Amino acid sequence: MATKASRAAARMMIAPSVILLLAWMIVPLSLTIYFSFLRYNLITPTGNPFVGWENYYWFVTDPSFQAAMLNTLMLVGGVLLITVAGGIMFALLLDRPMFGQGIIRIMVIAPFFVMPTVSALVWKNMFMNPVNGMFGQIATSLGFQPIDFMGQIPLLSIILIVSWMWLPFATLILFTAMQSLDQEQLEAAEMDGAGSFSRFVFIVLPHLARAITVVILIQTIFHLSIFAEILVTTNGGPGTASTNLTYLIYVSSLLQFDVGLGSAGGVIAIILANIVAIFLMRMIGKNLDA
Amino acid sequence: MARAVSNRTRALNTAVAGTLGFLMFFPILWIFILSFKTEEDAIRAPLEVLFGSGWTLDSFFTVQERSDYFKHFANSVIISLGSTFVGLLIAIPAAWAMAFVPARHTKNVLMWMLSTKMLPPVGVLVPIYLIFRDYGLLDTRIGLVIVLTLMNLPIIIWMLYTYFKEIPGEILEAARMDGASLREEILHVLTPMAIPGMASTVLLNIILAWNEAFWTLNLTAANAAPLTAFIASYSSPEGLFYAKLSAASIMAIAPILIMGWFSQRQLVRGLTFGAVK
Repeated sequence: MATKASRAAARMMIAPSVILLLAWMIVPLSLTIYFSFLRYNLITPTGNPFVGWENYYWFVTDPSFQAAMLNTLMLVGGVLLITVAGGIMFALLLDRPMFGQGIIRIMVIAPFFVMPTVSALVWKNMFMNPVNGMFGQIATSLGFQPIDFMGQIPLLSIILIVSWMWLPFATLILFTAMQSLDQEQLEAAEMDGAGSFSRFVFIVLPHLARAITVVILIQTIFHLSIFAEILVTTNGGPGTASTNLTYLIYVSSLLQFDVGLGSAGGVIAIILANIVAIFLMRMIGKNLDA
Repeated sequence: MARAVSNRTRALNTAVAGTLGFLMFFPILWIFILSFKTEEDAIRAPLEVLFGSGWTLDSFFTVQERSDYFKHFANSVIISLGSTFVGLLIAIPAAWAMAFVPARHTKNVLMWMLSTKMLPPVGVLVPIYLIFRDYGLLDTRIGLVIVLTLMNLPIIIWMLYTYFKEIPGEILEAARMDGASLREEILHVLTPMAIPGMASTVLLNIILAWNEAFWTLNLTAANAAPLTAFIASYSSPEGLFYAKLSAASIMAIAPILIMGWFSQRQLVRGLTFGAVK
């Protein structure tokens, strides 16, 4: 039983976390919203007058915004497609009886622990470089024209790199979810004559549905913020071919020093992320028996 | 009942999964190999790299001599351990209170804390950058410790909370009956039972902080740059650099790879906020 005294103590113990997180959320957030209504450039001092929705107008009507939104969508969608499909495949595969399962699982999961800048640079140079990269060397030795990944298909290249980094995450979570699948149910279905395909569609997939949703939501939130992988590979280019929303905001605010414009972009990014977050929060909330 | 599985099926499964697993791991293996090559050998055809060239440790020394590698390594250690330690200090009391003295609003508070984690960092890039500039925190280790602590605090609290929840409350009540004070209760009863959960929380948090590549890239220049930012400097290199990049990368990812292997299970819980167990 919680007494009045322990309640008070509990409140004292929670207070530092709440105050810090509140400050971390409220202060920068309100500043972002405030800046987004000012004409505020760090190089050309303008006295920071209030300009209403002007920054939003310029940010949204800029052609690079539409490109960035489309790229963001394709980046998130592409990575999700590869990682969820691949993750289900790996989870099913690893769930089968085999020798040395522990070692194989470690090899599959390892890329998740590689820092983004290393993954991106290693793929860009050691594999995707048309002259010295491994793919280019193999293509040349077989008599094909090597692909200039970062020049010809920059966005797809980044999708592939990010997928390599996140396939382990999907695998790990779906594999964990597989562990709680009732084997007897599967066997019963098999005895009733269900083939392996219908067993997968009617038993395994519904069982994994929740985990798949969680994977999709969490990855979406992370992938909306992809930044380092773009910065070290293509710098958003050629042109805006691989610029996503996060990178566009970075360019506006830290490269063009346009605080107002960058902040307007920031507010848009926050709204976008929140739409996904609401669904994720609901899933997590259901599971929380506090 | 598990069915008997023939060794042939087993071998076939092993071959398929092993091949795919090897392909996933291959890029890491490849930079490990390249890190022991000279720059000239590192750009040769794959088979020549493997069988037609010598092995050397030179790249590791070059990386250190040219760019003071261990300064950046030390920055990574300080920033990831520092933010984890500070985060833990703040989170333990909060998670303890919410797990053992739940109130009407506990669930809401937890969900709200989680919601701060959903804020995209780029949404607050400008104000944080300006605040850091005005208070002289740009390119300082202390600045990064502050940001990473706040960024990962919700995850730490959540993980600790789910672990604490698994400790039966009856044990604490028994201790209280025997006259244990709050301090004794925490120190002698709770802590020993909570150590495994805290250990995995620490592990996961170090991994997240070590690999964090938004704030570390945007808020550091030369002095406080951890390995994520240091490696990024190879995006515009001069001359041949594959062997050096490999050596720098291998040293940067090795500690986390090892930690990661130990914390696979906890990772799921930590990264899904308990939505998948």
